[in-house]
Amino acid sequence: MSNAYVSVEGIARRYPGATIFEDLWFSVNRGEFVCLVGHSGCGKTTVLNILAGLEAPSDGVVIVDGQEISGPSLDRAVIFQGHALMPWMTAEQNVAFALSCRHPSWPKAKLREAAQAALEKVGLGHAAQKKPAQLSGGMKQRVGIARALAIAPKMLLMDEPFSALDALTRGALQEEVSRLVTEADQTAFMITHDVDEAILLADRILLMTNGPDARLAEVVVNTLPRPRDRANLHHMPGYHELRDHILDFLITRSRTLAGKQPAGWDPKAVPEVRPAAPQITPPPPRAAA
Amino acid sequence: MSSRVTNARAALLSLALLAAFLGAWEFSARSGGSGGGAALDPEYAALLGAAAAQGGQTGFPMPSEIAARLWELVRDPFYIAGPNDQGIGIQLAYSLARVAAGFLLAAAVAIPLGFLIGMSPLLSAALNPFIQVLRPVSPLAWMPLALYTIKDSSISSIFVIFICSVWPMLLNTAFGVSSTRKEWLNVARTLEAGRLKTAWKVILPAAAPTILTGMRISIGIAWLVIVAAEMLVGGTGIGYWVWNQWNNLSLADIVIAILLIGIVGLLLDRLLGVLARAVAWAE
Repeated sequence: MSNAYVSVEGIARRYPGATIFEDLWFSVNRGEFVCLVGHSGCGKTTVLNILAGLEAPSDGVVIVDGQEISGPSLDRAVIFQGHALMPWMTAEQNVAFALSCRHPSWPKAKLREAAQAALEKVGLGHAAQKKPAQLSGGMKQRVGIARALAIAPKMLLMDEPFSALDALTRGALQEEVSRLVTEADQTAFMITHDVDEAILLADRILLMTNGPDARLAEVVVNTLPRPRDRANLHHMPGYHELRDHILDFLITRSRTLAGKQPAGWDPKAVPEVRPAAPQITPPPPRAAA
Repeated sequence: MSSRVTNARAALLSLALLAAFLGAWEFSARSGGSGGGAALDPEYAALLGAAAAQGGQTGFPMPSEIAARLWELVRDPFYIAGPNDQGIGIQLAYSLARVAAGFLLAAAVAIPLGFLIGMSPLLSAALNPFIQVLRPVSPLAWMPLALYTIKDSSISSIFVIFICSVWPMLLNTAFGVSSTRKEWLNVARTLEAGRLKTAWKVILPAAAPTILTGMRISIGIAWLVIVAAEMLVGGTGIGYWVWNQWNNLSLADIVIAILLIGIVGLLLDRLLGVLARAVAWAE
């Protein structure tokens, strides 16, 4: 695991009388896109907050770039579920605020220029002077994405970033993120409960059982070739096996596996499966005549 | 369109009510005012002068008399004819200056302190009992202590204004700061914005509308209290002027003072309202 940018080592979140999750081990490699999928209540957001440094784990550590983290960092930018834009600032000022934290010595003019450029990257050059209240939900989240990417983080953390958007906007933004992340070879970690979103974006999909006492049950390796786009994703060979596998997990196994530790279970070596890999999936049986 | 019609109709109704009120006042003052002095001994009346001879019962002024007196006062509002005889504009300016001084002093104390209280739950809990006990005290109750320690009546009234306007600003600032959205603070944290930068760029703008609401309440209270404070300490100011005119038994002047105090209070409130709109934000 020499390539791991982030290494999560045995983190847990406990409250008096309740363990949300514990003994969580996984890593995110440089340039890799990892999605965490699970039902509400399994502590997904807590995992992300711990990675961001906003919360401390009850147990365990997170190693980033060889160093144990102790708090938030500009190297790990967060795209929040609610866009979390400051409503008193224009789109440009919101991005410029982030930039001014990254580059305290930059003069105002340079910050504005860079903010404008970041907004143009997400197709919002025309809305730079608008306040969040004047923007649609999708545009607000675009500003959030521009703000996160403008500071050139080493890693992007996303907490269900598109869950509050309508399906059409969500699709457009997923492709946008896919494009931006691929362009920059960005390391990314995202929480979602949208299976298609995970299949479109992720290299690996981490599946968590239901809480309390949630744990990482399985790592699904997404072998669908890149570039993927939403229009053709469901025509790709292996897509349905992958999707069915994850859905089966979410519908039944996340519940049946919850709280139980199978014999010989090693939380440090969670089983990896490749449902979409051609050598594993048998050719679909044709209807017998 | 329909709201403009309603506004016009409301204004018309307001004017009609005002006219009816003033008309009724004028009529009743005219019919009830005469007859008081008929039984007086004319020699006694000649000795004391007409007003006093009526046994202090000057008739309640009619709106027309008040209007004439108002014109007289407003025509030359800034004259100074001695310490006890200064124009109404000067008196209002004294009061406004005291309110401004006490209010700004209070803002300078309450906003930073409220910020600290809002940011620190410990400080908030520790100071809360003091605030809760001191807040309901009438600011005038502080006047003797102020006079004793400061030994200057004018500064004492500024202190009273300070005391009464400090609480709403303090509590509103603390509330606004402590209810800053967690997600905005998290944004600042993930961006590694320093404490000062977070306070200045995130918390202050987030809390600004709440702080302005506190300031608006404060200035209203300050303007209420200054009249009473000046009645107590005397010397100058619109409150003192009201009391002076009471001693002169010129009720018309008192009615005028009430009207002017109301108008100035309205203007102060509007001024803060404009400021509040400037810092307001919508989600």
